[in-house]
Amino acid sequence: MTEYHDLIVIGGGPAGLAAACAAWEKGVKDILIIERDKELGGILNQCIHNGFGLTYFKEELTGPEYAGRFIKMLFDTGVKVRTDTMVLSITENKEVHAVNNFDGYMVLRAKAIVLTMGCRERTRGAIGIPGDRPAGVLTAGAAQRYMNIEGYMVGKRVVILGSGDIGLIMARRMTLEGAKVLACVELMPYSNGLNRNIVQCLNDFDIPLYLAHTITDIVGKHGRVEKVVVSAVDENRRPVPGTEMEFDCDTVLLSVGLIPENELSRNAGIEIDRRTSGPVVFENMETSIPGVFAAGNVVHVHDLVDFVTGESQRAGRAAADYIAGSSAAGGADLELANGEHVNYTVPQKIRLAGVDKAAGVFFRVNKVMAAGTVRVMSGGVQIAAFKRQHMAPGEMEQIQLPRALLEKAQGTVTISVEEANA
Amino acid sequence: MAIRKMICITCPRGCHLEVDDETLQVRGNTCPKGEEYGRNEVTDPRRVLTSTVRIEGAAHCRLPVKTAAPIPKPLLLKAMDALAEVTVKAPVRVGEVVIRDLLGTGVDLVATKEM
Amino acid sequence: MVDVTIIGCGVIGAATAYELAHYDLRTVVVERENDVSTGTTKANSAIIHAGYDPEPGTLMARLNVEGNRRTKEIAARLDVPCKEIGSLVLAFDEADVKTVEELYRRGVANGVPGVRVLSAQEVQALEPNLSKEVKAALLAPSAAIISPWEMCLALAETAVKNGVELRLNSPVTAIEKIEGGYRVTAGDSVIETRTIVNAAGVHADQINDLAAPHAFTTRPSRGEYYLMDKSQGALVDHVIFQCPNKDGKGVLVSPTVHGNLIVGPNAEDVADGDDVAVTAAGLDFVREKAAKSVPGINYRDSIRNFSGVRAVTDQPDFVICESPAAKGFINLGGIKSPGLSSAPAIAAEAVKLLAGAGVELKEKASFDDSRSRVRFKELSSKEKTALVEKDPAYGRVICRCETITEGEIVDALHSVIPPVSIDGVKRRCNPGMGRCQGGFCGPRVQEIIARELGISQQEVLQDKAGSRIIFGQTKQKGGAAQ
Repeated sequence: MTEYHDLIVIGGGPAGLAAACAAWEKGVKDILIIERDKELGGILNQCIHNGFGLTYFKEELTGPEYAGRFIKMLFDTGVKVRTDTMVLSITENKEVHAVNNFDGYMVLRAKAIVLTMGCRERTRGAIGIPGDRPAGVLTAGAAQRYMNIEGYMVGKRVVILGSGDIGLIMARRMTLEGAKVLACVELMPYSNGLNRNIVQCLNDFDIPLYLAHTITDIVGKHGRVEKVVVSAVDENRRPVPGTEMEFDCDTVLLSVGLIPENELSRNAGIEIDRRTSGPVVFENMETSIPGVFAAGNVVHVHDLVDFVTGESQRAGRAAADYIAGSSAAGGADLELANGEHVNYTVPQKIRLAGVDKAAGVFFRVNKVMAAGTVRVMSGGVQIAAFKRQHMAPGEMEQIQLPRALLEKAQGTVTISVEEANA
Repeated sequence: MAIRKMICITCPRGCHLEVDDETLQVRGNTCPKGEEYGRNEVTDPRRVLTSTVRIEGAAHCRLPVKTAAPIPKPLLLKAMDALAEVTVKAPVRVGEVVIRDLLGTGVDLVATKEM
Repeated sequence: MVDVTIIGCGVIGAATAYELAHYDLRTVVVERENDVSTGTTKANSAIIHAGYDPEPGTLMARLNVEGNRRTKEIAARLDVPCKEIGSLVLAFDEADVKTVEELYRRGVANGVPGVRVLSAQEVQALEPNLSKEVKAALLAPSAAIISPWEMCLALAETAVKNGVELRLNSPVTAIEKIEGGYRVTAGDSVIETRTIVNAAGVHADQINDLAAPHAFTTRPSRGEYYLMDKSQGALVDHVIFQCPNKDGKGVLVSPTVHGNLIVGPNAEDVADGDDVAVTAAGLDFVREKAAKSVPGINYRDSIRNFSGVRAVTDQPDFVICESPAAKGFINLGGIKSPGLSSAPAIAAEAVKLLAGAGVELKEKASFDDSRSRVRFKELSSKEKTALVEKDPAYGRVICRCETITEGEIVDALHSVIPPVSIDGVKRRCNPGMGRCQGGFCGPRVQEIIARELGISQQEVLQDKAGSRIIFGQTKQKGGAAQ
C-alpha cells in the first residue's frame, strides 16, 4: 500500500520541527514528520543545560524547553507525526520506505521531502586512539543520554578527550552527579567549545584543560578502563615523547566532532560536499534532487540551535514553494568557492531567482584569527567585504550577500578571509 | 585594588571583562547584562543549575529541571543533594515548580519538560 | 566419564565439536570466557585463503586447500556469510614477480583450483583502484571472505543442538591423569574424560603443559587492523595481498562480508597472548603499507581499530598430533594463518586422531545440520512486510547504521548459545557494527538484553567479565560516585 503526502520531513528534531511548521504556515496542509525516536525534539531532549534560544526567542532556555516550544507550535498545526519509525531508504522520485512496529513496512510518496536527520558523533574508531579496548570509552553524547534521560551513571573517574561543547557540558554534569572529572584534553592549541562553557563547566569546578594534548594510551586489561596516558603534541599534532601524564580513571568521554548523518541522502544519489559531509545545497536549501531539501546539522554542523531553526524554516518555506510550483528551478547561476582560510560555505550554489533581498551564507574559517576581513570576489573583482573581530573554526560565521551585489557576479563567487596585520 | 579578568557567560558571545573589585567598575562588556554579570561575579557569583530529578509514571525515569534564576555558586553541590531527595509524579508541565525556594535562596526549581 | 573434552571454543574447538556431534559420543566443550569466539577467531583478517602460501607437503598446505572447500560447504548449510571473491597477490618489482611465480607453483602443487598469473593490464582491468605500480599478480579465484565469529557460532550452535555440551566461564586450571583418561578442572566443573582436544589457541602451549611434557611454545604475534565504513567497501572487489614476507602474508586490503573494508595487519611479537591493544606505530605501519597496494583509502572513514593475536609457535607448521607422552591428549596447537581457512579440515584431522586413540566413532541416526536466522535488511520489501505482520518486533529498528531490528536481537538472545553481553549480541546479529559503533543502539540493546534475560540493565556487560558499562543511578545524595 502506498500512502501520499505533500511533504515528508525526515527527522523530528529542531530542524524537522521548524521546517514542518514553516511549510504549514506557507500553506502546505498535508505534512508528515517521521521520527525514529519515541518522542519529538531530537537531541535537545538530552541537552538539559541552558544556553538555547538567545537569538531566536531572546531568552535563555534549556534544550527540552526549546524543543518543547516548537513541539507545542507543531501541535497547533495539522502536521502528522509518526514516531518510533525508521526510514530505510528514500528514492530519487521521492518515495520514502519506512518501518515501525504498528504500521509495519510502508512505502510513502511525497511531492517534496525535507531531510533533517541531524548528525552523529565521531567515535574512537574514527580517530584511532591507541590502547586496549575496554568498556568505559564512550562518546559524550551517549553518556549524556544515559545520565539525563535514563538516569544512569557511566563512570566515577573521568577523562574527557576533546573540548567541544558537549564534552564541556558533560564535565560539569558528571561533576554535579558526584563523579571526579580529572582532565579535559584537547588536541588543538585552542578549544572548539564556547568560552562561557570553559568558564562555567571547567573553571567553576577546577577541572584542568590541557590544550595541545591528546590521549596516547588507554589501559584496561580487566574489562573496564583503568588508566589513560596523556601526552603533549607538537605543531603537527604528533605526541611529544617524555611529556606523558597518567590518569587513573574508569571512563573516557569523547567529544571529538560531529558528522552529518547522510546515509539516506547518499543512497538516494544526492550530491554530498566532501568538506561538510552534507548535501550540496542551493540558497533555498534544495539539494541536487529537485524537491528534496535539507536543513540543520544534516547539512553542516551548527554551534547554535537558533541558526538551525532559521535555516530549517528557510527549507520548509522553499519546500512549500516547490509544492506550489513557484520555486526557482534549474541549475545554479553562481557557485560558491572556498578561498583562503575558509573551510566550507553553505549554500554552495545560488540561483538568483531564489534570492529575495539577500542570500545568507554560513561558513567556517580554518584558524583562529584576532581580526580579519571577509572578502567576496567574482571574476577577479571584489563584490563585498565584511570586517570581523575574532574568528575561530569553532564559531560559524554568517554574511548576507545582497541580491544587487550578486547580480554583478558571474560564475564562481569566492569567499576568503584575510587576517588583519598578519 | 585589583582588576579581575573574566569571560562573561551570559551569552555565547563570551566577552572578556575586566572588573575592578573595589569600585565594581566593569570594562569590556558589550551589553548591560555583561556589566551586571561582572559585578555579581566579584560580589556574589551565581549560576543557573540545570539537572534532573526522579519521575514516576512517565516515558523516562528522569525529569529535566532548572533553577528559575541563578543561585549562589557555592550552593550548587548542596542543591544537587536536595534534588536527589525528590521524586515527582507525571504528568508535569514545563515551568511547574518542583522545589519551592530551593535551600532558602528564594529561587524555585522548575521542570523544563512536559512529561 | 565423557568421551571427549574440547578445551577452547574458538573456531577450531567449535569445528571439532561440530564434527564430533555427528557421532554417538559424550562431548563437552569448556571455554574460559562468557561466550564462544572471543579470542583469535573474532579478530583476524576474515579471509578463507586459497592455499598457495604454505610449502607443499606441509599440514598447512593440505588442510588449507581442503578447509577452503569444506568451509564454503558448511557456510552455505549453516547460513554463515561467506563470499568467494578471489584474491590477488601483487608484485611491485622483479623480486616480487619471482615470488608470485613461486606462489603459483606452490598453488599448483597444493591443488589450489584456478590459480594463474595476471599481467599488469589484466590486474588494472580487474581492480582499477590498485596502485599503478603493480607489475603482475597471482589470482586465486577460490579465496573467500567470511564472518569468522558467525562461522564459529554456527559450528558451536549446531554442535550444541546435536547434543554437545558447552560450558562457558570455565577456564581450565588443572588436568590430572586418571585411570582410563583425565580429570579436567575447568571453572566450577570437574570433568572426567577419556580424551582431550586442546584447542586453546594462543594458550594451547600452557594447556599442553598441564597434561604432558612441554611440546611447543606459543610466540604470540599481534596484528592490528582498520575497519572502514561501507563508503569504502567497494574500493576493491578481491582480497588484495602483497608478497608474503617472514612476518606473514603482509598487509591486505579486502572487502568484508558485511560490506566494509578491512585493512591490516602488521605483525608484532607480544609477551601476552591476551594483549589486543592497538598502537599508534602499528596503525601507522598498516596505513603506510596499505597505501602501496591501494593508495586511495580514506582513513577519515575508519570506524574501528582492533587487533588480534596469532597463535604462532616455535614450529613452522600447525602442531596437530596426539601427545606422545599423554595418550588421548590431542593438541591442535600453533593454529596461525591459515587456521580459520583450515578449521573444518583440522577438525576432521582431530577426529581421526581421536579414533586412533580409541574413541569409537558411531554415526548418529540423525543429525540436524541446519541453521538460519532472520536478516531483516537483506529481505525484499514484500518479505519485510510479511515479517513485520507476523511479528511487529521486526518493525522496530534498533541499530540505525546496520538496520538491525528488535526481532533479530530477541532471536539472538533466545538462540542455542544465548549471549550475555552487548558484544555477544553484536556477534550474533550485528547491532553496533556500523559507523556509530553502538553509540545510539548500545543502550537500547542493553535494555533488551536486561528484559529478555531478566536481569537489571546495570548487570549487562559490554563484552567479557568485568566490562561493566553503568555505575549505578544518578540522583544519589553526595553524588552517585561516593
